[in-house]
Amino acid sequence: MRNVWIICRKELRSYFVSPVAYILLAMFAVIFGFFFWNILGYFVFRGMESQMRGQMMPMNVNEEVIRPLLSNVSVIGLFLIPMITMRLFAEEKRTGTIELLATSPVSDVEVILGKWLSAMVLYASMLLLTAINFLFIFRYGHPDWKPLVIGYLGLLLQAGALLAIGTFISTLTKNQIIAGAATFGVCLLLWVLEWVSGYETATWARVLSYMSVITHFESFAKGLLDAKDAIFYVTLIFFGLFLTARSMESLRWRS
Amino acid sequence: MITVTDLTKRYARHTAVDHISFEVHKGQIVGFLGPNGAGKTTTMRMLTCFLPPTSGNATVAGFDVLEQSFEVKKRIGYLPETPPLYPEMRTAEYLQFVGSLKGLAKAELAKRVDYVCERCAILDVKDKLLGKLSKGYRQRVGLAQAIIHNPDVLILDEPTSGLDPKQINETRELIKSLAGDHTILLSTHILPEVEQTCEQVIIINKGKLVATDSVSNLQNRARGAESLLVEVGARNGLMDPLKVQSSLELVPGVSRVHLKNKLDNRSIFEVESRKGLVRGDLARAVVEAGWDLNELRPTAVSLEEIFLQLTGEPAAAPAEEAVPAGVK
Ligand SMILES: Nc1ncnc2c1ncn2[C@@H]1O[C@H](COP(=O)(O)OP(=O)(O)OP(=O)(O)O)[C@@H](O)[C@H]1O
Ligand SMILES: [Mg+2]
Repeated sequence: MRNVWIICRKELRSYFVSPVAYILLAMFAVIFGFFFWNILGYFVFRGMESQMRGQMMPMNVNEEVIRPLLSNVSVIGLFLIPMITMRLFAEEKRTGTIELLATSPVSDVEVILGKWLSAMVLYASMLLLTAINFLFIFRYGHPDWKPLVIGYLGLLLQAGALLAIGTFISTLTKNQIIAGAATFGVCLLLWVLEWVSGYETATWARVLSYMSVITHFESFAKGLLDAKDAIFYVTLIFFGLFLTARSMESLRWRS
Repeated sequence: MITVTDLTKRYARHTAVDHISFEVHKGQIVGFLGPNGAGKTTTMRMLTCFLPPTSGNATVAGFDVLEQSFEVKKRIGYLPETPPLYPEMRTAEYLQFVGSLKGLAKAELAKRVDYVCERCAILDVKDKLLGKLSKGYRQRVGLAQAIIHNPDVLILDEPTSGLDPKQINETRELIKSLAGDHTILLSTHILPEVEQTCEQVIIINKGKLVATDSVSNLQNRARGAESLLVEVGARNGLMDPLKVQSSLELVPGVSRVHLKNKLDNRSIFEVESRKGLVRGDLARAVVEAGWDLNELRPTAVSLEEIFLQLTGEPAAAPAEEAVPAGVK
C-alpha cells in the first residue's frame, strides 16, 4: 500500500510540475464553463418565455440544467482522458525509467494501481473545478443535491473505467502520441456503440449498446444509483487494470 | 554473491546470451567485458530481474532471480545503460523517490540522500532539474540512485560511458571505494578501466563466455614469456642491425629477436625471452659490443591484446604495425 502511494505521488508531481495538468484543467474549465452558461442561458430564456405567455410551467433545475450538464461532462471526459493516460507507461518505456521500477522491490500491481490512482486524482480535480459552477446554482436556486452527488459518482466511475483502459493502452507502446490516439479511438468507440440501439433491437445490437459506456451513465445522470450500472463500470476498471498487469508481464517475456 | 549457471537468453531470432556460467564472490569488483552486442546488458538485465532468462538460472545474494525476485530486488543496486532519470524531477527529490521505492524508512531517507550526494559529488546539483544535467552528472546521479539503499550487490552497466577523462577517473575511484561493502559487477568495453578497477574479469563475445580469470592471470596467460623492447644506437658511424640481432640472440634466455624498425643510426628490436633475468645480460651484451643502449623496457601485454586474441578479432597485425610509427 505504501508503494502505491509512493508511485501515485510521483505521478501526480510529474502531472503538476509539467504543464500537462494545467492545460487539461484549463481546457476542461473553459469548455465546461461554456456549456454551463449556455445551458443556464437557455433555461433562463425559457423561463422568461413561459412567463410572458402567462403560463406557469413547472421548471426543474435538476432535470433541465444539471442532468444535461453531467452528460456533457462525461463527453468532454472522453476527449481529455487519453491525454491523461497516454504518458503513464509509454514515457517510462521511452526514457528507460521503467527499468528502475521493474528492478525495485515493488510489484507490478502496485505500480499500476499507483499510476491509475494518480490519473483518477487528476480527473477528480478537474471535476472539482466544475463543482464551482454548481455552487453558483445552489446560491440562486434550490436544486436537489443528492442527484448531483450520484451524478458525480457516475462520472468518476466512468472515468475510472476509461482511465484503466487508457493505462493498458499506454503499456503497449513507447510512443505517447500513439498511445493517446489509440486510447481516443477506443473511448470514442465505447461511446458510439450506443448508437446501434437507435435503429436495431436484435440481440447483437443490445449487446453492443450494453457495452457502451454512455448507456450506463444515463441512470447516474438522472440521479439514480443503479447497482447494475455501477457494477458495469467497476468490472471495466478491473478488466482494464488486469489487462495492464498482463501486458506488463508479457512485456518482459517478449522483449 | 552472484552465481550464474548456464544462463541463456534467446530473443525472437538470435541468442543474445548463450549458456554462460560464472561466479562473483563477496566484496569483489568484477569487470564484465565484451565488444558491442556481446550480451552484457542482456545478462545484467537478467541478474536484476528485469528480463527472465530463457533457460539456466542465476542467484544473487543467495536468491533465485526468477523464483525469489522480490528478495533479489531488495539487495541490488542497478545502474542501467541509460541512467533511469525523470527529467521533471530535481536531484534530491528523485533520490528520495528511489530511496522510498527501495523501502527506506522516512527517518533514514534524508540521511542517505545527503550521504550519497556527497559520495557521488552531486551536492552542487542537488536542487537542479534532472533534465537539465550534463551527461556526466546524469551518470553520477544514476550511480547515487544505485547505492541509495546500501545494497549488497551493485550492478553497473557501463558506469563511465560518456564521461570526460577527469570524471572517468573520479568515477573509477568512487567505484573502487565502494568495493569494501558491496560486491560489484560492472560492464565495460574500455580495457584500461578493467585493468585499473577490477580484480576479476569475465569476457564474453557474441553471447558466449570466453574467459573468466583474475586480471593478472589473464595478462600472464596471453604470453607465457616476457617481451622486451630494445633500442640500440650506434656510437659512431653506422651499425649493422643484423649483427646486433645475432649478438642479442646469443644472450642466454632469449628465445627470439625480431627487428622491428631500422633507422640510420639506431635500431629497435623486440626481444622475447623466458621470464626473468635477461635484462642485465642484454644490456651488458649491447654495451660490451660497443653500441649504445637507448632504451630497454618490457612491453606489458595489455588486456587489449588478450581481449582481441580471445574474441578472435583481427588483432596482432595492425597492433604491431602501430608501434614503430609511434616510436619514430
Ligand atoms: N529487445 C531485444 N530484442 C531483440 N534483440 C535484442 C534485444 N535487446 C538486445 N538484443 C540483441 O542482443 C544482443 C546483445 O545485446 P546487448 O545489449 O546485451 O549487448 P551489449 O553487450 O550490452 O552491447 P553494448 O556494448 O553495445 O552495450 C545484440 O545482438 C542485440 O541486438
Ligand atoms: Mg550494453
